[in-house]
Amino acid sequence: MNTWIAIGLTVLGCYAVKLAGLLVPAGVLERAFVRRLATLLPVALLAALTAQQTFADGHALVLDARVAGLGAAAVALALRAPFLLVVAAAVVVTAGVRAVGG
Amino acid sequence: MTAGDADKPDRAVVRDALGVGIAVGLSGFAFGVTSAGSGLGLLQTCVLSLLVFTGASQFALVGALAAGGSPFTAAAGAFFLGVRNAFYGLRLSQLLALPRALRPLAAQWVIDETTAVTLAQPTRRARRIGFTVTGLTLYTLWNLTTLLGVLGAKAIGDTRAWGLDAAGPAVFLALLMPMLKTAAERAVAGLAVLLGLGLLPVLPAGVPVLAAALAAPVVLAAQDRRARVRRGRPGARAAADRGAPREPRAGSGPTAPETPEPETPEEDQ
Repeated sequence: MNTWIAIGLTVLGCYAVKLAGLLVPAGVLERAFVRRLATLLPVALLAALTAQQTFADGHALVLDARVAGLGAAAVALALRAPFLLVVAAAVVVTAGVRAVGG
Repeated sequence: MTAGDADKPDRAVVRDALGVGIAVGLSGFAFGVTSAGSGLGLLQTCVLSLLVFTGASQFALVGALAAGGSPFTAAAGAFFLGVRNAFYGLRLSQLLALPRALRPLAAQWVIDETTAVTLAQPTRRARRIGFTVTGLTLYTLWNLTTLLGVLGAKAIGDTRAWGLDAAGPAVFLALLMPMLKTAAERAVAGLAVLLGLGLLPVLPAGVPVLAAALAAPVVLAAQDRRARVRRGRPGARAAADRGAPREPRAGSGPTAPETPEPETPEEDQ
């Protein structure tokens, strides 16, 4: 049930902001501070999410095979690999490190 | 594709749009697998792709739920990630000049990739074709591959053993890296990582990510303070702020950040 509540809220919220962009008159959201905040907000969220999903195990911080996987993804990104290859690199290296006992 | 050639053939627009739509649409597979691995059911996962349809928010939501976050903090994180779509919509509504009746439908396709393709087109006709073809291709494939991902995850059982728990953070990293162009963006990312990890042991699941979002206004405020001090030298900060121009690039999840900033940010000073 909790999952469905979360899904329902996300559906409504994400659709509402998409529609708002198309419906509100320009100028309302065009203030410089608001626009810069909108550019930086995803940066903050994505950085925190990347770090947490790499190092978190519940409420504890751990170093496990995911770190190697994310390292591989970072290398793939630096080499300008396509998106799917970046994700595949992370998955394969994480699985590999776990297989050898990481 | 060169902006400015006013008579760009429709075929070229369709080809650009298909390239982005197909490459990114296929990555719904990673979402399906991650969502199933996070404990969501087939119906729940498919509803997310059908009705939320903005990849970073979807990944964030299932990650937060898997970590044991409350539905409200989980949804809040997903919502804040989706807020940028409002700014894409602003720009697109000017460029596409959609009839009012169509807007509620078109809204669902207002995401990074459709914006990137649309902004790259030289004429209104090309923009409308680019938006529609990218949206349709991406929406169809993203939902199909989400379904396949869930089925695939069920078939292979323990997704962790296959390293699939690394798919989510890899997606976030791939979205994040192209956004780190200016000093402000890197400062926000660094501060957010510190907040997100530092608060993890002490706050309820899902809340540290929301707290990490505060890195954005904090850095902005610090930047404005510095700008006021330096007010005598206009231009210096504006140039640093803008960073490199953003080129739309195929292949990054329906949340790719490579979308152009709608306009050059004006300084509020």
